[in-house]
Amino acid sequence: MSAPLLEVRNLRVEFPTRRGTLVALDDISFSIAPGEILGVVGESGAGKSLTGSAIIGLLDPPGRVAAGQILFQGRRIDNLPYEQMRAVRGRHIGAIFQDPLTSLNPLYTIGRQLTETIQTHLNVSNDEARKRAIRLLQETGIPAAAARIDQFPHQFSGGMRQRVVIALALAAEPQLIVADEPTTALDVSIQAQIISLLKRLCKQHGAAVMLVTHDMGVIAETCDRVAVMYAGRIAEIGPVHDVIHSPAHPYTVGLMGSIPAMDEERERLLQIDGAMPRLTNIPPGCAFNPRCPRVFDRCRIERPDLLAAGNTRAACWLHAVDMKVAA
Amino acid sequence: MSALVQVRDLSKVFNVSAPWLNRVIERRPRQFVHAVDGVSFSIESGKTLALVGESGCGKSTVARLLVGLHEPTRGTVSYDGTDATAALRSPSGRELRRRMQMIFQDPYASLNPRWKVLDIVAEPLREHALSTTEKELQERVGELLSSVGLAPADMEKFPHQFSGGQRQRISIARALATQPEFLVCDEPTSALDVSVQAQVLNIMKALQRERGLTYLFISHNLAVVRHVSDQVGVMYLGRLVELSDKAQLFARPRHPYTRMLLDAIPDIHMSGRSRTPVQGEVPNPLNPPSGCSFHPRCPHANERCKAERPALLSINGVFVACHAVEEGRI
Amino acid sequence: MSTTLPPVTPATTVTPVGPIGSVGRAASAAPSGPVATEARVATAAPGALGRFFDGDLWFSFRTSPVAMMAAFIAVVCIFCATFADWVAPHNPFDLATLELSDSRLPPAWEEGGSSKYLLGTDDQGRDILSALMYGARISLLVGLASVLVSMVVGVSLGLLSGFVGGKVDAFIMRICDVMLSFPSILIALLVDGVGRAMFPNAHETLAFGVLIVAISLTGWVQYARTVRGSTMVERNKEYVQAARVIGVNRLRIMRKHVLPNVLGPVFVLATIQVASAIIIEATLSFLGVGVPPTTPSLGTLIRVGNDFLFSGEWWITIFPGAMLVLIALSVNLLGDWLRDALNPRLR
Repeated sequence: MSAPLLEVRNLRVEFPTRRGTLVALDDISFSIAPGEILGVVGESGAGKSLTGSAIIGLLDPPGRVAAGQILFQGRRIDNLPYEQMRAVRGRHIGAIFQDPLTSLNPLYTIGRQLTETIQTHLNVSNDEARKRAIRLLQETGIPAAAARIDQFPHQFSGGMRQRVVIALALAAEPQLIVADEPTTALDVSIQAQIISLLKRLCKQHGAAVMLVTHDMGVIAETCDRVAVMYAGRIAEIGPVHDVIHSPAHPYTVGLMGSIPAMDEERERLLQIDGAMPRLTNIPPGCAFNPRCPRVFDRCRIERPDLLAAGNTRAACWLHAVDMKVAA
Repeated sequence: MSALVQVRDLSKVFNVSAPWLNRVIERRPRQFVHAVDGVSFSIESGKTLALVGESGCGKSTVARLLVGLHEPTRGTVSYDGTDATAALRSPSGRELRRRMQMIFQDPYASLNPRWKVLDIVAEPLREHALSTTEKELQERVGELLSSVGLAPADMEKFPHQFSGGQRQRISIARALATQPEFLVCDEPTSALDVSVQAQVLNIMKALQRERGLTYLFISHNLAVVRHVSDQVGVMYLGRLVELSDKAQLFARPRHPYTRMLLDAIPDIHMSGRSRTPVQGEVPNPLNPPSGCSFHPRCPHANERCKAERPALLSINGVFVACHAVEEGRI
Repeated sequence: MSTTLPPVTPATTVTPVGPIGSVGRAASAAPSGPVATEARVATAAPGALGRFFDGDLWFSFRTSPVAMMAAFIAVVCIFCATFADWVAPHNPFDLATLELSDSRLPPAWEEGGSSKYLLGTDDQGRDILSALMYGARISLLVGLASVLVSMVVGVSLGLLSGFVGGKVDAFIMRICDVMLSFPSILIALLVDGVGRAMFPNAHETLAFGVLIVAISLTGWVQYARTVRGSTMVERNKEYVQAARVIGVNRLRIMRKHVLPNVLGPVFVLATIQVASAIIIEATLSFLGVGVPPTTPSLGTLIRVGNDFLFSGEWWITIFPGAMLVLIALSVNLLGDWLRDALNPRLR
């Protein structure tokens, strides 16, 4: 087993506000192997985008990493000074954000933005940079790349723009790409195109991907492993097939049940009563306990770690060793 | 059962030309967008018709045309036998407004942030003078809130104190205040998380069962549509390309665009079904393709498709607007 | 009407917490479910005053030393101006109390000054300090009144323009453009001059009225434009469309739905415009076409004192000038703070 490319250990992200400190991410740990696609799924407020931001080093102040470590290729990156982080970002870690409209500078041609990125991180001549940029655009499926490279972002449609953003993220040949809801703002038919493109290119370039999204369908199509987040914690993590077909955490079960399926009819969708707790109001013990249909006493007192549950790991006392023995 | 809502040849053209001065100086032509172009359908009482399509297909415009937020350029909307468009324009339309209501997509913008929930839900009651005393009004609002699963005490709070799903429920309560028969729902769950969406969809289905409501449900999410609808209409660039029973549409989609849409849905259960890759993007509505507007992306397009716009014909019990289907080619 | 709905959790209590900051996408998620159900019944929503003091605006105020200082100065000035009759040591306009022998006295800390007249006296024996307070009263009165008139006119026209659109909008905006192409002082001079010509034996109140109208005309355009922009945004929001679907008429929608949501920037503008209105009035009075000489404002005092500046009696003009600057500055600073405090992006 090769060393992980990215390792997050006990990460804790806090927001000091005038009403006390908000813990937005509470003791998160996971790793990504080189070339692997890890999905991070969760609902609004679960902290998935924040995890991505913390890894890239773009946490909005006053948010800060209060504890834990983020290791990239074995070296810590969470405590790097700004300049050093800037060198890591872009060269080793690429980013794709949700809105293609605001990810590109409307005042510069896409060619300029691409070559600027390439030349910042790789030591190549102008000509070479331009050649690489055109090749990237061709790989992302932009027709007539050599001609369109000198056009401005507003001259591209939404789907095309997102392809340019993917090209931009891959420009400096990073080892990891953090993609935060890359297809949410796109139409359904374009989503399918972009997702398959992302998957293909990353495999081709050997880049690992951390795909943050709320769309379980996208995860099913693209990822190797998936982490399900809830209230700033990881509820379940494991291979995609196992998490979707045999979820071990009651939250994941509820989540999968509430998604309307294309292949079967149900009169009523499974619903999880209540809502995700506010960050100021996270209950003691397991964060899901007020809504859990299988809650028992221990859940309300002690917070569970990620425990082995079949092929996945779930933060749920139902899978504690003593429980299984008893059952 | 007779059709409650009947729409015939409905069209809406928006004038998006540059201002007159610019047009004269820069010699630009006038520009129009045919947001809705000759749409016809009918909805039976107690049923749900879903309209699906991608952005720019005109489904939201159809919704707004039905409730009178836009004036149609052409075509008629009949509600329970009477011409709705004419009625909504005149003072006698107030009666009609009580019978049809709308639920919007964005839970954060559909409630006035400065009003208390009581005032928000009571607004239709006050406008149509449906309650005589303040006390009666408050009781009625309390009932409405309970029927969507909120507490009557919530009427004293402000919208920002609620989550997205709860706000959408407040919108539903407001829409039900006048005891309407027909609800137009414009992407009511698109902005909500999956588990919250499940709650809201369950409420909507339960209410429909209890009160015999008729829904026009707009969405871009085919899985949700499959869950709630009885009939489905697929729109592309302002035109209806397929209209049929839900079961038929999902089991045997006819129109190439419908097939493409169904193929594009990510397969969450990873059954390993094969997918044909999707081609192209939705064209610019200012400059739609000639003939059948789908022909640049259609694997079955021929010369006729480029020249002649297909009509919505009934073929084997399903309405399809496609030359290839009509000719039996697919 | 019984309902057999699935047991969806009812909304629960809220502590009126302000926005937390950009945590993920959720800015105001609901509190947790059944656990808080009991608490729900006990806590009622707090009243408006309680909400205000707990809110972000008050917090922003008490943590901003500049805002508090500016507010303090402004309050002191307004207090002195309003209660000048009781607070001022003398009444400079009561001829009976004037003593010519006390004229042209320097401020109390200078040689020759007297503690009876803290800031000195002018050529007629009037106490400068008292004159300041009475003068400030006139200045503030005219300033506030003209801002009020501007606000009413500007907001109404802006609402109409933004909501109705089309030709009405084009017409009103052209008027705005025309008005903006004239320097404000010129407009005020023009209106004032016309007013005097029309009513040569003007009663004092009428003179004030003309002055207030003149100054309002210079300021209403800002309100109209700001409100028009906000109205055009709000008009497309879904709560306005929901009201239209319900059947509410347009005027009611403008008044009850849109107006409360566009007033935020208007208050900021009003605060800053009070300062500029006072300065315009001072300029007009300095030029001799402002308030009548029997009720001098700060501007009049500055003008009168100007004649004595070069004969060495600097205090007669400098102190009114300083007072003017102080009022304008403190109001401006308050306006700046308010604008930043109300801007959701800067929070």
